[in-house]
Amino acid sequence: MFSALAGMFGGIGHRIIDRLWRFGSGLRFFAYILIYSGESFRRLHLTIREIYFTGVLSLIIMLVSAFFVGMVLALQGYNTLQRYGSSEAIGVLVALSLVRELGPVVTALLFAGRAGTAITAEIGLMKATEQLSAMEMMAVSPIARVVAPRFWAGVLSMPLLAALFSMVGVLGGYMVAVPLIGVDSGAFWSQMQASVDFKEDILNGIIKSVVFGVACTLIALFEGFDAPPTAEGVSRATTRTVVNSSLAVLGLDFVMTSFMIVA
Amino acid sequence: MSDNIVEIDNLSFGYKNRLLHKGINMVFPRGKVVAIMGGSGSGKTTLLRLIGGQLKPVSGQVKVAGKVVHEQDRSGLQALRRKMGMLFQQGALFTDLSVYENVAFPMREHTDLPESMIRDLVMMKLNAVGLRGARNLKATELSGGMARRVALARAVALDPSIIMYDEPFAGLDPISMAVICNLIRNLNDALGATSIIVTHDVQEVFSIADYVYFVANGVVAAEGSPEDLRKSELPFVHQFVHGEVDGPVPFHYAAPDYRQDILRSRNV
Amino acid sequence: MERTTIDLWVGVFAAAGAAALFGLALKVGNFNSATLGETYSVTGAFENIGSLKPRAPVKSAGVVVGRVDNIKFDTNTYEALVTVKVDKRYPFPKDTFANIYTAGLLGEQYIGLEAGGDDKMLQDGDKFSKTQDAVVLEKMISQFLYSKASETNDTKEAE
Repeated sequence: MFSALAGMFGGIGHRIIDRLWRFGSGLRFFAYILIYSGESFRRLHLTIREIYFTGVLSLIIMLVSAFFVGMVLALQGYNTLQRYGSSEAIGVLVALSLVRELGPVVTALLFAGRAGTAITAEIGLMKATEQLSAMEMMAVSPIARVVAPRFWAGVLSMPLLAALFSMVGVLGGYMVAVPLIGVDSGAFWSQMQASVDFKEDILNGIIKSVVFGVACTLIALFEGFDAPPTAEGVSRATTRTVVNSSLAVLGLDFVMTSFMIVA
Repeated sequence: MSDNIVEIDNLSFGYKNRLLHKGINMVFPRGKVVAIMGGSGSGKTTLLRLIGGQLKPVSGQVKVAGKVVHEQDRSGLQALRRKMGMLFQQGALFTDLSVYENVAFPMREHTDLPESMIRDLVMMKLNAVGLRGARNLKATELSGGMARRVALARAVALDPSIIMYDEPFAGLDPISMAVICNLIRNLNDALGATSIIVTHDVQEVFSIADYVYFVANGVVAAEGSPEDLRKSELPFVHQFVHGEVDGPVPFHYAAPDYRQDILRSRNV
Repeated sequence: MERTTIDLWVGVFAAAGAAALFGLALKVGNFNSATLGETYSVTGAFENIGSLKPRAPVKSAGVVVGRVDNIKFDTNTYEALVTVKVDKRYPFPKDTFANIYTAGLLGEQYIGLEAGGDDKMLQDGDKFSKTQDAVVLEKMISQFLYSKASETNDTKEAE
């Protein structure tokens, strides 16, 4: 009985230490990426190629989701706001929720599922088939050649995707609010403009999405690079990418929001 | 400087508490094809990684071109690796690139040659392995033997002085095997390079190797020219060359006594 | 080669992203907090500021002319010291009246400036000589009830 209990606590302790270990090596990995970034910037076409794979190919799912999110926000918002006789404020509600929260957060979550998993699986497979080893033996650093371009592609794509998400979401909200519900088009835009501040709302949203871009891409790359070189190892790493990215995004979102609202 | 391009000196290496190599000594003379043979799990591939500096020895050292590999800093290691070409077990071609781009990869990374010259060099290398016509295929569209040949063309892209082969014959049909076998010998002689072949395919490697090392239980168990080894009376070599089931290399992995093991498990 | 089509798509993506950012900035948002140019600060003492917050607008005749910079509590006079930053383009006379108003019945509070007639203008670091506190709803209601009560007393006495 006692030994079972000790074993249980020992197991928990072991897992915590293991997590911390991985967290530390993740940070070291981040440092390596930054160190080797210079080499990858010199050959920009590598990064551009990766922007295509992470950014452009994620575009469709982002835009469709954004449109629906915007429409749902408008419907739900109208339902509540009309009870207080202020259904013109629907534009404000849609725009603020998108620009401050939903744009960056939902984009990051979709990014983790769409681009993050692809990155993890690709790098994990490159490792499993010894491609990374081969590169190393050719005196080419896999971090400079494979990892860093994907990192910067993710970091650059995320704010662009988030901005597109917010914009298309607002358009989706407009489609529901103005033609469908019959809110005045002028009131929709002017109320929105009056209460959405560029620095307080839009810029903070962009800052959030840049941070999410760093977190999601880093997690995806690290899980791929750290995956055991087997089929099972790669599939587990892909799952971990989604789970860890989502947790990181939601946690970081809370921390950043609290700073931004207090400041 | 000695005439041995690679020297392995009293090398020990292991993971955790289990030593894989316990004091290995080998020399690889310039211009020769040298084979390292041994059973599965005897640490042959690990030896190649130690030569390439991807692993650090526990004790002892590996010298490549007179320099101790594990004492090199990053740039020193890069310089050494540019003298080496390595053929990985499954080829390890870059799956996102075409055959042409795979062979061009080391040239693009390490030289500033104009595109026209890279093209000529790639054609030469691909022609040498007989796959000039396959240059526009994706790496994923190749058969196992073809992938191995493209990887060979890539490994010799920068005319290395050491070419390492990790199980070049594994999983190939007899024809592809013979093709690879010939290529190894011909490339070695054409480039004036030194080849290190890690394998357990006795017949193929005996036909091309100048010298053979047998690795067993973490030490060099036997060495000599293929003819010597074929005639060898050493029980281990005899077992290996003739493919016998049991002998000095036991059928069983090291384990406690069978009867004790069973009795103990019943008590748990 | 296929690289050029990839370049094209990445270009389209980057341009669309930039356009979305511009769209957000111009169509959705405004530059309220960002477009205050050079400013001068003026301080005002209030007995009660209600729920006035830093960065609340300062308006005159309905036009935003500045923002509340910070709010402090003065332990000597037990009053709130509100510093506002007003755009240099809008000078106000020395005897300008600073009021705390509420936008609508339950909206946010802001400072309204009513220009006086003095020849001298407010300088950086000056104080508002005349201020009016925020209207606190509870106080107003209790005042109203009190006056109603005294009214009925008056009429009773008159009878």
